[in-house]
Amino acid sequence: MLHSTAIIFTSFAYLGLLFAIAYYADQRADAGRSVINSPYVYSLSLAVYATAWTFYGSVGRAASDGVGFLPIYIGPTLIILLWWVVMRKILRIAKRNRITSLADFIASRYGKSAMLGGIVTVIAVIGILPYISLQLKAVSNSFSILVQYPGIVMPAESGALPIREDTALWVAMILAAFTIVFGTRHLDAAEHHQGMVAAIAFESLVKLLAFLAVGAFVTFGIYDGFGDLFARAAAEPSMRAMMTPFEGVAGGYANWAWLTILSMMAIMFLPRQFQVAVVENVDENHLKKAVWLFPFYMLAINVFVLPIAFGGLLRFPGGTVDADTFVLTLPMAEKQELLALLVFIGGLSAATGMVIVETIALSTMVCNDLLMPVLLRMRSLRLNERRDLTGLLLGIRRGAIVLILLLGYLYFRLAGEAYALVSIGLISFAAVAQFAPAMLGGIFWKGGTRRGALYGLIAGFGVWLYTLLLPALARSGWLPIGLLEHGPFGIELLRPLQLFGLAGLDQITHAMIWSMLANIGAYVAVSLSISPGADEHRQASLFVDVFSHTGEASGARFWRGTASAPELYHLLARFIGSEPATAAFDEFWRARGLRWPGDQLVADADLVHYVEVQLAGAIGAASARIMVASVAKEEVLTVDEVRAILDEASQVVVYSHRLEQKSRELEAATDELREANERLQELDRLKDDFVSTVTHELRTPLTSIRAFTEILLDDPDIHVEQRKKFLGILAKEAERLTRLINQVLDLAKIESGNAEWAETRVDMREVIADTLAAMDQLFREKAVRVEARLPDTVSPVTADLDRMIQVMLNLLSNAVKFSEGAKPLIEIALAEGDGCLRIDVRDNGCGIRPEDHEVVFSKFHQVGDALTGKPRGSGLGLHISRRIVERFGGRMWVESRLGSGACFSFTLPTGAGP
Amino acid sequence: MSAKILIAEDEPNIAEAVAFLLRRAGHEVHVASDGDEALGMVEDCRPDLVLLDVMLPRKSGYEVCSEIRGRADWRHVKIIMLSARGRDAEVTKGLSLGADLYVTKPFSTRDLIDQVDALLERS
Repeated sequence: MLHSTAIIFTSFAYLGLLFAIAYYADQRADAGRSVINSPYVYSLSLAVYATAWTFYGSVGRAASDGVGFLPIYIGPTLIILLWWVVMRKILRIAKRNRITSLADFIASRYGKSAMLGGIVTVIAVIGILPYISLQLKAVSNSFSILVQYPGIVMPAESGALPIREDTALWVAMILAAFTIVFGTRHLDAAEHHQGMVAAIAFESLVKLLAFLAVGAFVTFGIYDGFGDLFARAAAEPSMRAMMTPFEGVAGGYANWAWLTILSMMAIMFLPRQFQVAVVENVDENHLKKAVWLFPFYMLAINVFVLPIAFGGLLRFPGGTVDADTFVLTLPMAEKQELLALLVFIGGLSAATGMVIVETIALSTMVCNDLLMPVLLRMRSLRLNERRDLTGLLLGIRRGAIVLILLLGYLYFRLAGEAYALVSIGLISFAAVAQFAPAMLGGIFWKGGTRRGALYGLIAGFGVWLYTLLLPALARSGWLPIGLLEHGPFGIELLRPLQLFGLAGLDQITHAMIWSMLANIGAYVAVSLSISPGADEHRQASLFVDVFSHTGEASGARFWRGTASAPELYHLLARFIGSEPATAAFDEFWRARGLRWPGDQLVADADLVHYVEVQLAGAIGAASARIMVASVAKEEVLTVDEVRAILDEASQVVVYSHRLEQKSRELEAATDELREANERLQELDRLKDDFVSTVTHELRTPLTSIRAFTEILLDDPDIHVEQRKKFLGILAKEAERLTRLINQVLDLAKIESGNAEWAETRVDMREVIADTLAAMDQLFREKAVRVEARLPDTVSPVTADLDRMIQVMLNLLSNAVKFSEGAKPLIEIALAEGDGCLRIDVRDNGCGIRPEDHEVVFSKFHQVGDALTGKPRGSGLGLHISRRIVERFGGRMWVESRLGSGACFSFTLPTGAGP
Repeated sequence: MSAKILIAEDEPNIAEAVAFLLRRAGHEVHVASDGDEALGMVEDCRPDLVLLDVMLPRKSGYEVCSEIRGRADWRHVKIIMLSARGRDAEVTKGLSLGADLYVTKPFSTRDLIDQVDALLERS
């Protein structure tokens, strides 16, 4: 037997436990050891998404629509995958601007517009009221049912009860008290409610455990596991249909898609989700874990929905028991007293969690974005002159909490009975979805303007009122039902549930299509047609480019004017108290590495901006702006000036890019210089070697010349024959010296580009003939046979005649040098083909090793050093010859094998083309 | 005092001039035109002194020098290195390999004869 006293006692004990947890967490936070600085607590707190609606209503929906309950959980699971992109940006913006709520965020984005903040607040409060009423309904219903234990009796229509006996009212009042205790401990709304978050995370665990316990009990306790349960359900034709996704819901795919989209928006823009995900977030890295932990939670809490729904339908055939209550009534029917109590506590958890966070979020909005801007403008209140406004702020918030819960209760009394839990929740979802265009457009599209957001919100919310709220009131009897059936004034086209003739969809899908069309359409169209003001420009840039701006000071760039530091201090102290204000001022100067010069009178833009941000944390961006403007004389920036500042900022980015590029170029240039330097050193070394080699080559003939000269000088009596021989040697060595010097000079001229080249038409047959004639003497001396095979005619080449003779002389004298065998033979061939002439000079000497085929053309390399004894050339002839041939577009190379002669060849282009 | 002298020099004109000078001074002169030939003639003729060109074909003067110094029975052979390359590093290398003198080309014939005589007298 469960007595109502026992249930109430347990409930209060549970609430007491929550409070203890919250108190402990707050104590820890004050001691600097936060318990909520954990991705797990963060993820659990996000599960405030799962309310009493999930806890009781999912089963209710599943019992009528089968798997149709799923889109509400698929949406969040899908969108959270994008959170690292979307939510991280919102988080960063909110932190930097000390955003206190969704309304604050939107107001701040669109030029700190008090008007916009107010509209958002109104939409949020009206939109969420059904949702809060849903929680009240769930708690009071579950209480009423549990009290009847062991009997199972559906609660009476609450509208029929006198207000004093209505459990829902008491639930609302208790929750209001509880929320005040939890939520208004600190004044600064941007501060974290650490205790509240810890309690919410705990509640998320409790409701999950309770739900899993019921699910396990139904599946494995009452039935024999999933297989058994589903088999039995499948035996009933009505239940079999539920197992196919798109038959359960009217409108099929379209409804699924819209419900999924709707819940994607809800998980982002429900005020309580914004509160836990953004305002209470301690560390944006927590997102990384939440991205997979939260979907996991969603999965866990949905596993047993269908089994419980089927279990309930099987257990209570005929519709006598409301499917929304199966979670509770199934354990009751099985006489599981404690389990039923646990379920009640689980449901209480789900409901209180939602109500606490939602009302704190809403009360902050009501206070900061709706009341304060109005109050501050009402001069008759003389708020500006009151020394301490902290009490007033807390009072407003507490009043707002009570008011919101009472309004929720009112909605419950007015409309609560007409709809199932899920449908009530979806109405609220559709309301907050109206924030999506202004929010998402606000953080990704700089073109979105204040008027665009304003008209979009009003249009979307107007459609929401007309297509969702109005029918709800009509069905509850507060408005004539004929309005739904025939349209206002009998105009069928305007029927709220088939607007402009759009029929065949469920109510939510229908409402979403029209409201989103109106909302997005107005937002985009108005934004594009009316150009934004300076404030909007600035805020758009700060929000959209949040990742490229650094530090809080970025906002200060946009402030110009004069302000007094003491006045700013007193302003801050009035709203947040003098101690926190002193601490904030100290912090400001500490961050700049200075001490607070208490006597500094003039405040700079940084300080003004800092105070405004601090103030925004307490009273919202729009109110803070009004307050700061009251003590600081601001020179209004024009749109052009804001643009200029923004351009400047983007130019700084461009400059820094350019600087980076420059430094990269410098590095590259340094590398090139180093390489060039190494090349120069190498060239220097080569030059040294060259000089050293030339010197050596010069000294050798000089040595002979000096030695013989001294011999002849010292000894006048030398025999005539010998004297003659020595003089002959002297002449030859002198000639060798001359030749060497000429070649070195020649090479120097070629290498430096100073050589003079004649370009005439040269007949290579004549060149060869002339050279042979000039060398005839030498050939005869050395007994070398020369065979020249020349064609009758060849094309002329364009070249320098003297140079060509020089090349031929060189090749032939080399050939003679190496043709010292028994029957020296030199063969000369001239051929034409492929657009060039080819000249071969072949000897039958000792040949050249293959590895030397290229080396012989290098400077001062003397062919056959190691084999034949040193030839008496300069070592420059072949090198110079090759350079000459290359100068006229030809090639020179050698083919040879050791011991079988060498063939030096070169080509010259005839200019005739191939 | 007459001595046996080997000239290892690949430039025939230089070899001829030096040979003429040394013969006139009363020495017995042999001529080799590359490194291998020079070592062979050291073995065959047992010279008292070698005039060794550094830039010899096949085996350089440095190699010939260190091979001579590597043989115990040839320790007494005097070595004068001749080279057109006269950098400090090259001179030092020659002397460190065991040459008694390093003479750069072109040289004074009188000085060369004096230096040969001086070396031979010392032994």
